[in-house]
Amino acid sequence: MKRTLLVTAAALLVLASLAAQQPPAKTPSPPPQQQPSEVSTTIASDQAGAPPRFAVPEFIALPSEGAAPNARPDAEVADAARTIGRVLWDDLTFEREFALLPRDIHSTVPAATSMLDVPFDRWRELNADGVMVGTVQKTATGVRVEARLFNVRTRQSAFAREYSGSIANARLYAHTIADELHQQQRALRGVARTKLTFNSDRDGERLSGTVETRGAKEIYISDYDGENQRRVTTQRSLNITSTWSPDARSIAYTSYRRGAPQIFVSNIYQGTLEEPTQGSTGQNWLPAWSPDGTRLAFATTRDGNSEIYVMNRDGSNLRRLTTNPAIDVSPTWSPSGTQIAFNSDRTGTPQIWVMGADGLQQRQLTHEPYADRPTWSAAPFNEVAYTARTGPGNDLKILELGTGQVRQLTFGEGSNESPTFAPNGRHLAFMSTRAGKAQIFTVARDGRDLRQVTKSGNNYQPDWSK
Amino acid sequence: MRRTVMSGAGIALVMLSAAMAIACGEKKPPVARPQPPPPPPSAATSASRPPTPPQPVSEPTVVPPEPVRDDAIASASLDELNRSSPLRPAFFDYDSSELSAETQQALNANAGVLRRYPGWTVTIEGHCDERGTAEYNLALGERRAGATRAYLISLGISADRLRTVSYGKEFPFEPGHDEAAYAKNRRAHFVVTAK
Repeated sequence: MKRTLLVTAAALLVLASLAAQQPPAKTPSPPPQQQPSEVSTTIASDQAGAPPRFAVPEFIALPSEGAAPNARPDAEVADAARTIGRVLWDDLTFEREFALLPRDIHSTVPAATSMLDVPFDRWRELNADGVMVGTVQKTATGVRVEARLFNVRTRQSAFAREYSGSIANARLYAHTIADELHQQQRALRGVARTKLTFNSDRDGERLSGTVETRGAKEIYISDYDGENQRRVTTQRSLNITSTWSPDARSIAYTSYRRGAPQIFVSNIYQGTLEEPTQGSTGQNWLPAWSPDGTRLAFATTRDGNSEIYVMNRDGSNLRRLTTNPAIDVSPTWSPSGTQIAFNSDRTGTPQIWVMGADGLQQRQLTHEPYADRPTWSAAPFNEVAYTARTGPGNDLKILELGTGQVRQLTFGEGSNESPTFAPNGRHLAFMSTRAGKAQIFTVARDGRDLRQVTKSGNNYQPDWSK
Repeated sequence: MRRTVMSGAGIALVMLSAAMAIACGEKKPPVARPQPPPPPPSAATSASRPPTPPQPVSEPTVVPPEPVRDDAIASASLDELNRSSPLRPAFFDYDSSELSAETQQALNANAGVLRRYPGWTVTIEGHCDERGTAEYNLALGERRAGATRAYLISLGISADRLRTVSYGKEFPFEPGHDEAAYAKNRRAHFVVTAK
């Protein structure tokens, strides 16, 4: 209040800039503080049509709460500050909504030591429209992370968040900031906190009970960027085709641990296991969650040959959807849950088909030499990605359902299989042998920004959490 | 002064910990501690008992209804049997579950073996080469195993001796990436699971 009066009285440019840098009065004492009231604005580029240019330098490690202002910050905090800045830069780059200043430019700008001394002039010289400034401070109970996006021209904060919690997973702060920034600035659902699941032979364990040397495959999960890879199954069996429940708390998959393949549901946070196809005859494969998470579509040979069925997630209310002597396999739900795309070779070759979730109105979608593993994109895109035979290997293709147009995403770099869409439809994960072994990659839906997610062993059949 | 307080506290502590030790000692048993002595009474008699029950249980499965010739195959363990299997694999063409004349010959021979050892139960594994997709190959492998099983049933082999499982392209027999390897990987593979 006093300060604004002073500014109007003095009307000096230098002073005005100083004032703008002051955050809304913040006294240093009480720990659980309210968020500073935020003027919610979006930052645009001054060149029409161009994405805004943001600088996202490393976060500032502050001295621990209660320590002298000039005390050296804790090493753990310094580490977290570095990690958060870098991961945030990666997360924001991933969605391509903002043009990020290259990382190596950051060192040419003097680092801020708090929210109060951001070198706006220097960022302006580098043509930045916005600059992300973040701090990390150790508190009595953990760590406090503050992040603000400043408009470099007006020097006003367009986005401000404060988080407190454990220091253990610094990456999660960055992912959360990225998702909230995309939501606030671009009304975009980011995927920084989503996860992947896939199966891997990386542990080199031998399948038990066979004469031949056969490697076990176990289900793994990881963050969308491949960090925090964790093993879910431990049976030394063949565990494949894992898929996330819509709430990302359960994974359904196919396991051969009983001899014949059965469908299992692992509730990963409770540590419990369900077996909805328990006691069924035949082979049961390729579970696919309905968008509301209450049902599973899957393929089973219980009636003689592979057909698509739907059941409740506890195995009850079983319904058969396909009835013909050909192979019907690989079901995937439309985002609304009203349709199921699947693979059938009833025309002589495997092709993608679609039907109502009641099994009616079955019709062929693709006319490829060979097509499999359809996966439906999220709204607003109305697309089905699939694996198509294009030569000695396979490539990914995307069918636009509205127009019927097909576009190809990979072009013979190894064999490319098992596409799965990110929940915002803007990216895909898939398996490729382009690097030698079978590995999981992500790619933008226009085919750019290829990233390798796994490196250890062979990794197959990714599924992206919703 | 300070010392007496300390020693007083020390005594209190000792007593407290002693009390706790007693209390704990009373509660602890369920928590697995190293049990000092193994139960000594009638160790000899009880030790001889346990092995007896399994024997009558295992006998019925071993019962060979026919006196089989005591040849190498009949006396081999399941693992030995499967390592050098008398049951030949059935090979298939690309993306096909048709039984060629050659494949039928192999299955005719297999049917002979199965008739000779009527106690055998086998699992027919369906396998595919790596060119198809992992998902579709699960179903294709099942179709191959199913066609093989149906053919053996048509030759008079009892259906309940023949199980099928499809491994798709998960377990190639040949690691190569050429037609020679593919041809060996498109197969119905026999595993003897009981005899």
